[in-house]
Amino acid sequence: MMHNTVDKIEYVSFLEHKGRFKGLFSWIFATDHKRIALLYLYAIGTFFFVGAILGLLMRLELIAPGETIMKPQTYNGIFTVHGIIMIFMVVIPGLSAVFGNFFLPILIGAKDVAFPKLNLFSWWVFIFGSVLAIASQFMKNGPPDTGWTFYAPYSTATGTNVITATTAAFVLGFSSILTGLNFLVTIHQMRAPGMKFFNMPLFPWAIYATAWIQLLATPIIGITLLMLIAERLFGIGFFNPDLGGDPILFQHLFWIYSHPAVYVMILPAMGVITEIIPTFCQRRVYGYKAIALSSVAIAGVGFLVWGHHMYTSGMSNQARWFFSLLTFVVAVPSAIKVFNWISTMYKGSIDLKPPFLYAVSFIFLFIIGGTTGLLLGSIATNVQVHDTAFVVAHFHYIIFGGMGFAFFAAIHYWLPKMYGKMYNFKRANIAWAIIFVGFNLLYFPQFILGFQGMPRRYFDYLPQFQTGEVISTIGGIILVSGFIFMVYNLVMGVRKGEPAPANPWNGSTLEWQIPSPPPTENFDEVPVIKKNPYDYI
Amino acid sequence: MSDTNIHTEEHRNDDASKLGMWLFIFTELLLFGGLFLVYSIYRAQYPHNFHEGSLELSVTIGAINTIVLLFSSMTIAMALTAMQRNNKKLAMTMIVVTLLMAVVFLINKYFEWGAKFHHGLYPGSDLMALLERGHLLYFSLYFFMTGLHAFHIIVGMVLLIVVLFKVKNNRIHAHKYVLLENGALYWHLVDLIWIFLFPLLYLIS
Ligand code: HEM
Ligand SMILES: [Cu+2]
Repeated sequence: MMHNTVDKIEYVSFLEHKGRFKGLFSWIFATDHKRIALLYLYAIGTFFFVGAILGLLMRLELIAPGETIMKPQTYNGIFTVHGIIMIFMVVIPGLSAVFGNFFLPILIGAKDVAFPKLNLFSWWVFIFGSVLAIASQFMKNGPPDTGWTFYAPYSTATGTNVITATTAAFVLGFSSILTGLNFLVTIHQMRAPGMKFFNMPLFPWAIYATAWIQLLATPIIGITLLMLIAERLFGIGFFNPDLGGDPILFQHLFWIYSHPAVYVMILPAMGVITEIIPTFCQRRVYGYKAIALSSVAIAGVGFLVWGHHMYTSGMSNQARWFFSLLTFVVAVPSAIKVFNWISTMYKGSIDLKPPFLYAVSFIFLFIIGGTTGLLLGSIATNVQVHDTAFVVAHFHYIIFGGMGFAFFAAIHYWLPKMYGKMYNFKRANIAWAIIFVGFNLLYFPQFILGFQGMPRRYFDYLPQFQTGEVISTIGGIILVSGFIFMVYNLVMGVRKGEPAPANPWNGSTLEWQIPSPPPTENFDEVPVIKKNPYDYI
Repeated sequence: MSDTNIHTEEHRNDDASKLGMWLFIFTELLLFGGLFLVYSIYRAQYPHNFHEGSLELSVTIGAINTIVLLFSSMTIAMALTAMQRNNKKLAMTMIVVTLLMAVVFLINKYFEWGAKFHHGLYPGSDLMALLERGHLLYFSLYFFMTGLHAFHIIVGMVLLIVVLFKVKNNRIHAHKYVLLENGALYWHLVDLIWIFLFPLLYLIS
């Protein structure tokens, strides 16, 4: 059921809609989910760029052994801020705040999220937390140097701005909870008539599972950070062995949140990929229910594997094999998704447009990241490579290769809908190639270096590692240039591109049946759903 | 952007608001859940010190505060029923009584904490540093948990004051009282957490 006539109808898009406020205020006080999504997009895009530049600075430092461009303490500060920005300000909110906000309501046939004002409030909280995080860099006592993990007891003792940074993480977590809560209620209460849970497209399913994790896991990091702050302010001693506390307890509490948090990053990414693949193969998604329920399974089992970050920290043997076993179990639903994506492509009429290129490279990089994750999940190999560059390579493959590439895929997929303009495909393909090559050059050598014993978080290294480090740095420069080129192409597309039709990719989900860009209220009349989302033939 | 009245009416969905509140209450429970976890781990590690620590708290003050909070939970529930029956005056009185109970609770807390401070027992004090480790952790947890709970009392009070004014201005009435309902729900949560804290800190020995 494509309504191709829809283009010609006169309407006011959400970009031009005149509300109570004018100019900038009509954006920063907007309660329209689509405008809030764009606010997140601009904020997160900026933070990503800053974080990438910090990453590049570290790479430049590592181009040669010894001190190259910065002092050791500066390096400590930079990897901490890089981690905090990338984790708490980019990937955790990333896909759900930008594309979840924009497309979740549309995909389920709703006019907005359940609590539009709360949605705006979450954005403001997010900005407040981000400002705090950035302020922690410039305040008197110097940037925090604990790593983004804030491990005790060092974090209770170092003289740097740990309190500001942890407060920032707490505030950002609060924003994440509110967003998750909003989405949960939206999905439960706002679905269009006829849209049952198993009629929902799979991106909303992924957002649904993610929102539960945000809601259930974030309070734990919240209380942990509060305890850490209290410890620093009043010398309370929960995590300080001198005062009877237990630093390992901090690690447990930290990872009880932070492992599920990696699923907050990756589940929406998987959801995006699940939308893109059927569209560009023009095929019904293979194993709809398996994909939907595997998101929920990942969310559930993901709560029980945190110990795999702590094999070397002091844990009983029973606990170690238990966590290892569960880590292997949680890999199963992820693998199910990969099989489903590939089966969806089988015999499809594949169309190699930029969103699909990013989606396929997502699968490729995710497989590398995921299988090396299993290497880290098994105890013996973990002890060998724990805290080495191998781990750095692994998580960059998962979060950058996974979540980052899914973000790029999503922006290429949905930009015509969001702005009603099309970008240049040729340039998009070139940017993709540069990014893909740069990415692998940057991180693949880190696997090898890690195996050979290069530790992470070191600003210096033995001369024998130099070849790998130089390749890696060159990869970093290529990657960042590709990224800049990609953004240039997208910005040019939005400003000068051809007008995009309502359904440029011949997609079957609801967002393609309304005009580009969508009107403020999304739908003129509430859609009634009578079919499954991926009916192509 | 909801700039017309018709639009806002359309968006009103009491079930959604209540579901939202329940989910938020989950997160609050988990926040304290993390603390209860830490408490039980240290209690298992230092049973003796925790026993001694609990003997130093006044069960009387704790019990009075428990009764005060339970009573306030009742009055806020009565406020809700009164509103549903369109008795604005009674609803307002009951909200005010609830707020008064909250103040009584905080005053009690103030004296309880004050007595500890008077004896030099507060986080970071010289005396604390001399205590046995388990003993110190017990009092650290005591101040942290009751402090965080008191903060929640204050948040709940702010919420109820907002509700009170909305009732006064007829923004909350017999056909639209979900905010009062949510405020009451939150107040029950604050009460419930205390019901856990009281035995953990004062009674179990
Ligand atoms: C231009 C892109 C990037 C470059 C050049 C880069 C480079 C680096 C480098 C050199 C390190 C330090 C490794 C060490 O300590 O030995 C690092 C750490 C890290 N990176 Fe990246 N990175 C990039 C993008 C990302 C992205 C997109 C994410 C997440 C979404 C990310 C997350 C992290 C995290 C969490 C750490 C660990 C920080 C810590 O040790 O506390 N990075 N990165
Ligand atoms: Cu993990």
